[in-house]
Amino acid sequence: MNLHTVSDLTKTKQVSTAQTQDDVVRLDDVTVRYRAPSERIGTFKEYMIRRLQGRVQHQDFLALDEVNINVKKGEVFGIIGKNGAGKSTLLKLVARVMKPTSGRVWVKGSVAPLLEFGAGFHPELTGRENVYLNGALLGFTQRQMKEKFDRIVDFAELWDFIEAPLRTYSSGMVARLGFAIATDVDPDILIVDEVLSVGDEAFQQKSLERMLSFQQQGISILIVSHNMALIQQMCDRVAWIDHGCLEMVETPAETIQAYREN
Amino acid sequence: MGKTEESQIYDSAKQTSPALEELQEIIRYRDLIIQVVRRDILTRYKRSFLGVAWTMLNPLGTMIVLTIVFSQAFGTGFSYAAYVLSGLIAWNFFQQTTNAAISHLVWGGTLLKRIYVPRTVFAFSALGTGLFNLLLSLVPLLLVMVITSVPIQATILFLPIPILFLAIFSLGVGLLVSALAVFYTDIAEMYQIILTAWMYLTPIIYPEDILPEQFRVLIAIFNPMYHLVRLFRAPLYYGEIPSLEELLISGLIASVTLIIGWIIFTRRSDEFAYRI
Repeated sequence: MNLHTVSDLTKTKQVSTAQTQDDVVRLDDVTVRYRAPSERIGTFKEYMIRRLQGRVQHQDFLALDEVNINVKKGEVFGIIGKNGAGKSTLLKLVARVMKPTSGRVWVKGSVAPLLEFGAGFHPELTGRENVYLNGALLGFTQRQMKEKFDRIVDFAELWDFIEAPLRTYSSGMVARLGFAIATDVDPDILIVDEVLSVGDEAFQQKSLERMLSFQQQGISILIVSHNMALIQQMCDRVAWIDHGCLEMVETPAETIQAYREN
Repeated sequence: MGKTEESQIYDSAKQTSPALEELQEIIRYRDLIIQVVRRDILTRYKRSFLGVAWTMLNPLGTMIVLTIVFSQAFGTGFSYAAYVLSGLIAWNFFQQTTNAAISHLVWGGTLLKRIYVPRTVFAFSALGTGLFNLLLSLVPLLLVMVITSVPIQATILFLPIPILFLAIFSLGVGLLVSALAVFYTDIAEMYQIILTAWMYLTPIIYPEDILPEQFRVLIAIFNPMYHLVRLFRAPLYYGEIPSLEELLISGLIASVTLIIGWIIFTRRSDEFAYRI
């Protein structure tokens, strides 16, 4: 687990300026505007009445404001910022969950999101059934999942419980299974939203190692985290987002320092 | 999302038809539909003693109640039990599929915020579960027909066509209502009332010929389910092959509904992530 030396960093920087065609993710002037009615209109009737009276007033909330970011192939890109700054919205754009209100999101290759643990699992189904269901959610066919199944259970170390319903699992076990599935997808871009803090210490270590092996394979990783040590250790570049605006994109040390001083 | 399509590129600025794009995506994610259907069937019965038998017992129970209450009222000239059960099966399929499409989309809401899946997946899996239940409930229907000596005829082989039309129609309505329900929560509640009224405006628990003629004509014009239930009953209960005209009417109603539902749903589905 090597910390990047200064020469490493300058090398990546030279590469990044030289080859822009190596981008795997590009956000051009991306704006996401949520339109929230300024008063809560809960019912259809109320809405129609107000609509007819022309009294529907909206308050715009800018989750992202003209953000420009590009992520290169093989790069580990961190995103930091306060809660509600727009970090998760940014990840949603890359994961195709959401389209920007304006601007352009361009992604090359397959994207695998690391799901928050529990999302997409069903407690009544067995571990095995959940692996197949989760794999299908990630866009894999039955046949592809058969091939992956043994590897996934090996990594999660759950062979003894794989035929038991998921409700009998501890939360750490669920997290392990989730991580094992999501990281076995062999994506071009991996999205990690604050999920590495689950599981016991040994599993966290193992997860970190897998992320680093991804990095070596040239897979790009987007990480959102409040864990500055993790960001510092893993990322090549870090973006700081505040109130939907991109404040800076620099080396981990520089961005974290600026963020802390703020 | 597989590795095989090496350099697939997603560009949010590319203007394509959302309706066609969704069609391509849903074909790619067909295994997800199977998995979600599997999950629904497995989890629905996993902890119940009679398990999947409930799918058959449920319409059977309703039929028994209705037969006790109504069979004398509508005259004894026909087998009311088989008549009402065949209608109920068709109606239940429609009701369950459209309702499940709505609630699945809301269930999937948390998921839709985190991971990309084609949004129509939930409507399709609701349809799959509905079809499974429909096929299972044909078993008690055939039993009831044997017991009440309603002849089972070769025309039953024609049944897949009415089922297909019913499925297309239900998918269309399911998409339409769930697209609206995402924006207005009240729609889901309102739909329950509409369903009740709709059921009584369709000859399911009463024979069609008790309706006054001008009323029957009105229903035939404005109630698509009138035609679809009729089409479903013809090969089963009456042992008839429907006329070409009846087929065309039902097929047209079903396809137009699906096309409208599909277009509206896919047009709005980009906004779902902002709303759910």
